[in-house]
Amino acid sequence: MNFFIKLSKIDRRFIYLFIALVVVLPLIFKPKFPVVVSKPVQDVYDYIEKLPEGSNVLISIDYDAASMPEQQPFLEALLRQLFKNKLKPILIVQWQLGAPLGTMGLEKIAKEMGAVYGVDYINLGYRPGYVAQMVGIGKEIRDYFKVDYRNIPLDSFPMMKNVHNYNDIALLVGLEAGSTYLAWIEYAGGRFKQKIALALNAVSAPDAYYFYQSGQIVGLVGGMKGAAEYEVLVDKPDLAVAGMASQSYSHLVIILFIVLGNIAYFIEKGMKNKEGGK
Amino acid sequence: MLKRTLLLIVFLILSISLFSENDSLIFLENQTPFEGFAITGKDIPNDGGGGIEIEWSFPDSLDNFFLTVLRKDEAGNNSIVATDLLVSSKQVRDVSSEEDPSRVKDGTKYYYTGILSKKMVDEDFLNMLISKENGYSKNGIYIFNNDTFYVTAETDAIISKASWFNLSRIPVVISLILISFVFLYYLNLAKSGKELYIRKINGLDAVEEAVGRSTEMGKPIMYILGIGYVTDIPTIAGLTILSRVSKKVAEYETKILVPSYDPVVMTTAQEVVKEAFTEAGRPDLYNKNDIMYITQDQFGYAAGVDGMMMREKPGAVFLQGLFFAESLILAETGHSIGAIQISGTTETAQLPFFVAACDYTLIGEEMMAASVYLQKEPMMLGSIAAEDLLKVFIMVLIIVGFVLSIFAYGFNIGIFKNLFDLLARALQV
Amino acid sequence: MLKGKGIPIFITFLVGMIMIISFFIPHKPFGDIEKISLNWYSIIAGFTMLLGVDSLIGMHFRKLKRKDENWFFSLVLILGFTATVVVGIIETVRFGTAFDDKSYFTYIYNYFIVPLQSTMFSLLAFFIASAAYRAFRARNFDATLLLITAIIVMLGRVPLGEQISPYLPKFTEWIMQVPQMAAKRGIGLGISLGALGVSIRIILGIERSYLS
Repeated sequence: MNFFIKLSKIDRRFIYLFIALVVVLPLIFKPKFPVVVSKPVQDVYDYIEKLPEGSNVLISIDYDAASMPEQQPFLEALLRQLFKNKLKPILIVQWQLGAPLGTMGLEKIAKEMGAVYGVDYINLGYRPGYVAQMVGIGKEIRDYFKVDYRNIPLDSFPMMKNVHNYNDIALLVGLEAGSTYLAWIEYAGGRFKQKIALALNAVSAPDAYYFYQSGQIVGLVGGMKGAAEYEVLVDKPDLAVAGMASQSYSHLVIILFIVLGNIAYFIEKGMKNKEGGK
Repeated sequence: MLKRTLLLIVFLILSISLFSENDSLIFLENQTPFEGFAITGKDIPNDGGGGIEIEWSFPDSLDNFFLTVLRKDEAGNNSIVATDLLVSSKQVRDVSSEEDPSRVKDGTKYYYTGILSKKMVDEDFLNMLISKENGYSKNGIYIFNNDTFYVTAETDAIISKASWFNLSRIPVVISLILISFVFLYYLNLAKSGKELYIRKINGLDAVEEAVGRSTEMGKPIMYILGIGYVTDIPTIAGLTILSRVSKKVAEYETKILVPSYDPVVMTTAQEVVKEAFTEAGRPDLYNKNDIMYITQDQFGYAAGVDGMMMREKPGAVFLQGLFFAESLILAETGHSIGAIQISGTTETAQLPFFVAACDYTLIGEEMMAASVYLQKEPMMLGSIAAEDLLKVFIMVLIIVGFVLSIFAYGFNIGIFKNLFDLLARALQV
Repeated sequence: MLKGKGIPIFITFLVGMIMIISFFIPHKPFGDIEKISLNWYSIIAGFTMLLGVDSLIGMHFRKLKRKDENWFFSLVLILGFTATVVVGIIETVRFGTAFDDKSYFTYIYNYFIVPLQSTMFSLLAFFIASAAYRAFRARNFDATLLLITAIIVMLGRVPLGEQISPYLPKFTEWIMQVPQMAAKRGIGLGISLGALGVSIRIILGIERSYLS
């Protein structure tokens, strides 16, 4: 009894300690968890599988270092699928501090898959403009991106010769840590009928279900779990799959604390009632 | 001599082969790959001009072929609109852009031609087609260096023009008129002195208590506007609440700290607080440096504000504006220092965090109505009543749509299907 | 009439009306107004950044000068700020972009900004645990319902749930797509109408608390 009462007044730092342990230990010991693919993730994968060879896929990096554990594994899995299917990623950045992350992922996977810069993929980097830029790409991408991220003119790359606006882009994939995706849906999707797939941080993924249900996006990859599912789909389990054990155990610990907290709450309530009865 | 003759022969053979490679062209006039092989064009409707849309509808078996579109203007100048589009994309837009503002001029007649090919179009062939002498006046099949190109007939003359009204937005005009009417009606009602009711919002009644208690404890008040910009409505709503709160702060002669994420928001907040202090008769208490800029990095901002909370230990913390992942990092820190916390945001994903960690949370529209609630001017109350009537209207619309869809698609009744589609079309923008 | 608050209210009304009208007229000059004003905003916002930097650096200089408590951290901030700006400029001149592989700016990004941001974000894992522990108490029927749903969703969203029962993730998906969405859409409708109300109050000059 006394234990539970004490527990109800536990110093929050003990909770933090437990969480730290269950996150770190599985990353060291790597227990295996089977990952089942959910429909919204499968939809993104299937849509890309059906694209004809040579189609351009615009990838927007709308996250920064804070969301790297959730978004980077998906970016890499996605790029593997694109290069395997001979699709051509065009990388742009809306969150300036995400630019190096996009470049890192793109270069890593391109090297791994033997893709050639300017022929099989291109990196256009960050440009300010936000909504104005999204609308601008609907007319001519060169209005905002005259040169790539290293200041080389766009027209000197064979793959960009025929890319002018959303008409030349088969799919837009937004990797989102904030609410930039709302503008993509409103402007690229609404105004220019661009097909869009989204990868969102777990915390904001529930918000995007509207757009999935209404068909405004073709699919939805939510958080590290979604990324893990995608890694399974492209048959290359990596960091996100490894993170699933940590996530499972930390959820379990939180549930455990909630249950203990409630037991303590009822015992305390019972004691107060008794005192009141006397 | 023999040597020279041999060399001459070799040279001749070489030049013939080169020559033939450059010019091997067979032309079959009026031949088409299939019935109805043509492209069509039209002015892009509802735009600001300078844009023509070219469309085609070829059999699915040609989906992986390429289509190149050429344009001829009134003066007979040929130019390339786009090369090697996938046939499956079905349309392309020829539009003026900032880089090339006079690409498509309004009022000029344009004629378009499409070139269908299995391989990407040959550059020499293309140059030949657009050269002024040859032109591409003839449609048919061209076999150039063993590659086959199917050239469509020219489209009719297409003229681009700017529209004076965007017809696709008629439903918005209708809603605009409806909304204006409802608002004006209630504002008039309020003017005529009719009393309007607004329900109790606990979080806002607690503002006075929070400021009062904080003053008693000799602690400052912290007002966090989140990471929105001044163009975001929740930030504007946050600023209107800030105005009321700082008036209370001035009355209680205490201190308000406003750490900001965006310099424009910071400048606006400074003006808002200054004005509120002046209105409360205490302009002397206003200190510009209490409303400071932190950083425009989400988590840098969270770290900065958390640090300030730990050092200054405010007695009351207001979190009003646009919040994302940093919401709980701020609210939990506020809770740990024992401050009364009143939060509000329109980000539904962050509401659960605020509800869990704060004493009071304004959910979405409560936050939008907060400024009205704190002032309770009749005109302001009128606008809230108008919002409510519109909400009823939307609810009725949802219920009607729901019932119609059950009869239409649940029971498969034809007339309801038509009605449902009509409703859906009427609401589509 | 047009004095004091009258002038800004009139400007707000005029600009608001022009923006509304331009929404319906694609013809020049109306069609470009939205884009032009967004560009103007970007330019103005760029200049106000100077005000922000002035506020930030000014505050820490004052702290340093007065030798306030924790003045050392103000020194760290000022040095860090200056170093980042200087390195950024030098590397942009050297490589054409500050984010070159060999640039020191990339080094600062990779080894300062990335870990610092990740650390702040990962604090969420801890804060969620402590907030959930405090908030999820079965005080009454509503709270109990919330508690049970929370546990189901928490289990259903990780592979562990799949191991407990294959129906758990499916049920979670249903909770997310149906009851969760219904509530969110309801709140969303209210928010949109609220935003409409705020905008109309400001355009008509009924709400003037934001004006100085």
